[in-house]
Amino acid sequence: MTAALDIDRVSHSFGSVAALTDVSLHVPRGGFTALLGVNGAGKTTLFSLITRLYDNTSGTIRVAGHDLRRAPRQALARLGIVFQSRALDADLSVRQNLAYHAALHGIGRAEARVRIAEVLDQAGLTDKGGDRVSALSGGQTRRAEIARALIHRPDILLLDEATVGLDVKSRAEVLALTRRLIAEQGVSALWATHIMDEIQPDDDLVILHQGQILRRGRASDIAGRQGLTQAFLSLTGTPA
Amino acid sequence: MSGDRAFPAAAWATAFLGIARRETLRFVNQRGRFLAALVRPLVWLFIFAAGFRAVLGLSITPPYQTYVLYEVYVTPGLCAMIQLFNGMQSSLSMVYDRDTGAMRTLLVSPFPRWFLLASKLVAGVLVSIIQVYTFLAIAWFWDVQPPPWGYLAVLPALILSGLMLGAMGLFLSSTIRQLENFAGVMNFVIFPMFFASSALYPLWRMGESSTLLHDISAVNPFTHAVELIRFALYLQVNWLSLAVVLGFLAGFFAGAVFMYDPSKGLWTRRKGKA
Repeated sequence: MTAALDIDRVSHSFGSVAALTDVSLHVPRGGFTALLGVNGAGKTTLFSLITRLYDNTSGTIRVAGHDLRRAPRQALARLGIVFQSRALDADLSVRQNLAYHAALHGIGRAEARVRIAEVLDQAGLTDKGGDRVSALSGGQTRRAEIARALIHRPDILLLDEATVGLDVKSRAEVLALTRRLIAEQGVSALWATHIMDEIQPDDDLVILHQGQILRRGRASDIAGRQGLTQAFLSLTGTPA
Repeated sequence: MSGDRAFPAAAWATAFLGIARRETLRFVNQRGRFLAALVRPLVWLFIFAAGFRAVLGLSITPPYQTYVLYEVYVTPGLCAMIQLFNGMQSSLSMVYDRDTGAMRTLLVSPFPRWFLLASKLVAGVLVSIIQVYTFLAIAWFWDVQPPPWGYLAVLPALILSGLMLGAMGLFLSSTIRQLENFAGVMNFVIFPMFFASSALYPLWRMGESSTLLHDISAVNPFTHAVELIRFALYLQVNWLSLAVVLGFLAGFFAGAVFMYDPSKGLWTRRKGKA
């Protein structure tokens, strides 16, 4: 079976500054992979390459087996993305936002109505569909962002620091929602974060630092006896 | 939808209608924007034109068959002004969307980028046409009364001029790095374009005071948008203006698509501002 996401030897630079060097990673179908790195490690640049906001000129990126350069349409149709910054239109209702994003994937209005009800239910926002996004709490907004990313039934969710700026309770809700989607829907997730607490011992973990992958494997194996924070510190020499 | 090699025609229509619907909803939700778009040309028509009527004598100038009031002369220019400001407003919202992240959700759609940009452009033009017709309806009560068929004949001209000015806004939005820089666009693009054009005075009159200004105005694409609208309102076609508008439309749109292309434009070099 093809992987949900396969990245092979991808590099990217901004002028003379190397942002990513020879990055390879693999997200299996139905898997949760945590991408751990401090701010500036290259996580957002990697996401921009996967979503084709930046052009990938070295190495290959495959989404559900589709090469992003050769078949961008098929690859992007299988990606669901939650960006670090707000991407919903604050002046529109949650339902109007979801309808807009369904349209951006060519989903007709009748089908969109069914899917909107479905993703609102999954995100626990059924009673918030008619509310303006500006009236939602931070946690509800992030869950609405996840609902938006699910509207076209993607194979993989990319979540770039999805819990930034949220309180502890909202953070836990967003993370629990993502894990539930993996368990119940079989969707895969690449979860970029700099918060150690969000990683569980059984998770696949990739540590990205200064544009390079330092370690990958089971989180508990990387943590060893010293614990994840200490392991991260000794690998990077930087507090997370 | 996922997995299709090519989208069926209905999916393209759905995507376009979705983008158009969002633009319309945003417009409806921002009533101040509609009022501002309407008040601006009306102030020019009711105050500026009334004041200049006595000062600016106009000889018979095509497409007019006779002497016309200054209000009549200036109205096509004000229609184009609505579209110019609307194009800049769309451009401003593109920069805002880019800063907040909403732009990324548009650009990561599986539809081709040229199609997404074109849909956004056309949606913006539809909004500007509603504004222009509302303005023309009010101007009718101010004795600006072109032939009845002129209201229909002007529609293609408004579409083309709106597309050209919108494409210019789209192109400019791709070059603006920060929202704060947008004030510069007002000073260096909108005002010079508007004043160095045939919107407020005929080119021949400009030539009487400055040949250089006349020549600049003659090549200003905004002049040709104005003339295209002016001639169409009086059931004529200004072929030169039509050609210039089409040429600039193609140029600006190609430039915008290039600039928003992940492999070519400035977008890819703008670290952390995707």
